[in-house]
Amino acid sequence: MYRDAALKALIPYVREDDIVVAVYQSCFDWLALNPRDLNYVAVGAMGQASSHGLGLALANPDRRVIVLDGDGSLLMNLGTLVTIANAGAQNLYHFLSANRVYEVNGSQPLPGADRVDFAAMAWAAGYAGVQRFTELEQFSVALPQVLSSAGPQFVSMELTAGAPYPRDYAYIHSAQARTSFREALNRR
Amino acid sequence: MVASPQPTEDAPQVAHPSGAAIIAAIKAAGVGEIVALPDIVTSDGLLWPISRDPDFRLTRICKEDEGVSICGAMSYNGTRAVLMMQQTGLMDSLNAIRAIGVDYELPVVMMVGLQGKEPHILPDQSASYGVRIIRPVLDAMRLSHSLIEEPGDEDHVPQAIEEAYAASKPHIFLIGRAPEAS
Repeated sequence: MYRDAALKALIPYVREDDIVVAVYQSCFDWLALNPRDLNYVAVGAMGQASSHGLGLALANPDRRVIVLDGDGSLLMNLGTLVTIANAGAQNLYHFLSANRVYEVNGSQPLPGADRVDFAAMAWAAGYAGVQRFTELEQFSVALPQVLSSAGPQFVSMELTAGAPYPRDYAYIHSAQARTSFREALNRR
Repeated sequence: MVASPQPTEDAPQVAHPSGAAIIAAIKAAGVGEIVALPDIVTSDGLLWPISRDPDFRLTRICKEDEGVSICGAMSYNGTRAVLMMQQTGLMDSLNAIRAIGVDYELPVVMMVGLQGKEPHILPDQSASYGVRIIRPVLDAMRLSHSLIEEPGDEDHVPQAIEEAYAASKPHIFLIGRAPEAS
């Protein structure tokens, strides 16, 4: 499946008060497809998106936190799987764009690109639920159940890049992005 | 861990800070979240007591940069946290602190045990290279830091945490002597 198609399938199931944490190309795609103030985009680098997601989930137990992670990112922070599972964040939903390349860094292949099983890693770490999808239709059908189950849930989306959405690094690192998120989070 | 200088028999005996006082100071600053990796300097006097204290939620992490992100993200709704680690983890997390604490201007408060530091001398005078470089590195990054070594040093903890959250910037407490549990 293509990533933009997978993200489009996710949009109808994202509630207004959900927090979406997104990294790199998944973030750029998501911002183009579903711009909203509760998109959390300032994750730094080195695979930290899911750790930000855990902090948000623990501090905001009345909201769902949806992480749109990258596979290269996750490999830089594998311990996060164990930390998240151990923290037992029931409101955390960890989606992985597994395209097997460092897409924003020249599409160089991941180490072990043709062998690594991310879903197996999440299962072994102790996530409450783990699924892996290669087909858009099956992914779309499963989404309501995934997002209504207690977390932490892990979904490996085995995909290829879709339409080339612009990489607006200036925005994701901007004070404006952080301020918009903070104001939206504390609005109620 | 870093290579530790062997203590000599003629090293002066010095008083150590109170772990109970540090914990009370953390509570006084409104902190309810502790995010931690274990560190031998603070294990008995801080982390074990914190792990048994119902006033705290302890999130154990696998690597220190996770904690920088967790604490930074928590701060968006005003949730206060302290990240505990050893100076080796601090060095390993400098890029995360640069990005999340400095570039993104988030209040990440850290308590860092100086493993291998001789109790009777200041960190900059340690025979351990890994200890000696800590304050110069933090100064080079223009990161706010302070030392907890002696009884009474605990007193500045609440104000330093308040200032970190008020200014939305990191602060690093360097713990140079193992806190007594009482």
